[in-house]
Amino acid sequence: MRRSKYIRPDFLTNGTDRPRMTTSAMIASIAGPDQQTRPAPFGHTLAKLAEKDDRIVGMSADLAKYTDLHVFRAAHPDKFYQMGMAEQLLMMSAAGMAREGFQPWVTTYAVFASRRAYDFICLAIAEEMLDVKIVCALPGLTTGYGPSHQATEDIAMFRGMPNLTIIDPCDASEIEQAVPAIAAHKGPVYMRLLRGNVPVVLEEYGYKFELGKAKIIREGKDVLIISSGLMTMRALEAAKELQKDGVEAAVLHVPTIKPLDEATILAECRKQNRLVVVAENHTVIGGLGEAVGAALMRSDVRPAAFRQIGLPDAFLEAGALPTLHDQYGLSTQKVTAAIRSWLDE
Amino acid sequence: MAQMGHNISLPERARRIRRHALRMGEVQGQGYIAQALGVADVLAVSYFHATNYRPEDPEWEGRDRFLLSIGHYAIALYAALIEAKIIPEDELETYGTDESRLPMSGMAAYTPGMEITGGSLGHGLGIAVGMALALKRKKSDAFVYNLFSDGELDEGSTWEAAMSAGSYKLDNLIGIVDVNQMQADGPSMGVLNFEPLGPKFEAFNWFVQRVDGNDIGALVAAFDAARHHKGQQPRIIICDTKMAKGVPFLEARERNHFLRVEPDEWKEAIRIIDAGAGA
Repeated sequence: MRRSKYIRPDFLTNGTDRPRMTTSAMIASIAGPDQQTRPAPFGHTLAKLAEKDDRIVGMSADLAKYTDLHVFRAAHPDKFYQMGMAEQLLMMSAAGMAREGFQPWVTTYAVFASRRAYDFICLAIAEEMLDVKIVCALPGLTTGYGPSHQATEDIAMFRGMPNLTIIDPCDASEIEQAVPAIAAHKGPVYMRLLRGNVPVVLEEYGYKFELGKAKIIREGKDVLIISSGLMTMRALEAAKELQKDGVEAAVLHVPTIKPLDEATILAECRKQNRLVVVAENHTVIGGLGEAVGAALMRSDVRPAAFRQIGLPDAFLEAGALPTLHDQYGLSTQKVTAAIRSWLDE
Repeated sequence: MAQMGHNISLPERARRIRRHALRMGEVQGQGYIAQALGVADVLAVSYFHATNYRPEDPEWEGRDRFLLSIGHYAIALYAALIEAKIIPEDELETYGTDESRLPMSGMAAYTPGMEITGGSLGHGLGIAVGMALALKRKKSDAFVYNLFSDGELDEGSTWEAAMSAGSYKLDNLIGIVDVNQMQADGPSMGVLNFEPLGPKFEAFNWFVQRVDGNDIGALVAAFDAARHHKGQQPRIIICDTKMAKGVPFLEARERNHFLRVEPDEWKEAIRIIDAGAGA
């Protein structure tokens, strides 16, 4: 519960120990302290791709540096367009570029693309099936800056937009594979970006990204975790924890939220009578969880139980990211605990 | 520069555009006919003096792009596209009906010669900025025109685009504002005061001209000046037009943003327009 703005932090008034200071800085990484990472996988991959594809241009609304597009800008200054801090213009001008045969990759924060520029993506880009790639940092809860920067409902908004493909990658290796796949796909795409030093998670599982495909990363007979984005990383960590208790958790990674790979999801849910948990870095309203739930209902597939891990229907608090992930149930520890409790029901 | 029919005068083109628009309005019995009559002279000069295109190949790479962001002005642009022979004249009978290529609000996917989807106002100038940047990238010498309305001056996105065009010095972009002083809720200046308009664009580094948008001679001079201006800056032609121009009994209607016209009145309007034939 958010405190009154007229109450100072306890430790300042009652002389208790200062809590561990954790930063809410914008650059806060989602990587754990010992995790293997790679820097700016999106920027490096796009820069490489543009070496042999002259259709590609990069455009940003004063956030190239904070969306890893600065790597592309440094490599291809002649292919980069600074559109100013004007997200509506960013989308309109990208539409104009695409109409003339170019493939614009536009970047901003997910809050601004979804909330501020929605009409411009919808009518100028998606309705026309234009080949614009929208890549947005700070999806879901990946910053401690509070609701102005936390795009907790971006997928809910964008799922309602016809023609738009939605990608929520898990790690650096997936971003590196997704970028060329998105470039090869004709039509508008929204990709949730993990930026900066991005964890490398999926390589050890031999995973290969395919646009539109959900894939089993790990098998398990007791619970099926269906997840996207960074929550697949958390799901895999939780599965390792659960294994210590003898619980076998399967993880089905769904990087393409739309169009949803319902066939694979339904097949996995039919395979065994397991607890199904959908885990997403997004409000529980209108995201992957409800998409999977509706797909199960429509096909009369009844798992042993269906549960959601996601953000509450609320404006979230500001603070340090690890604290907030714990508070809102996205940390590995909270995911593990939730699944344990549901298995005990 | 005009494509075809050099023997047909611009006033006669404008008269025919008005006639096509009235005939489409008659199909539906109502519509944005006052805007079409008001902007007919601007469209006549655009399509028969100032724009390069090939009627048989509406997507010809070398064409000047003419972007209509005011979706409800579609009836006016269809009339011009019909006169330009990009759309066959017999299609005007289908205006706004099922399966028609001429929907009530203009959309790129429906109509040859319709470059963008309008209707959500305030999109055109920003798309024009992107196309102008793209044409420069392709080293094309084509121009991008964007016809937008005084109502669209209310939209913040129009000013994002205006600032960007000035910043990028887009000398291949020509904006045309139809200032007809009428919006959905009443006279434009009463909805939101956008004056002084010329100085606003000048402050954003545009080459600004303001003309009587129903004076064909003035429009020709303004389009010529816009195309041949040496300054590295976007160009804007602010056109003050009269709603329902050419049909006095419709001009006189106080609220003419969306007109309902009786069947006999369509006939009378067309008769008035036909009386000016051969000018």
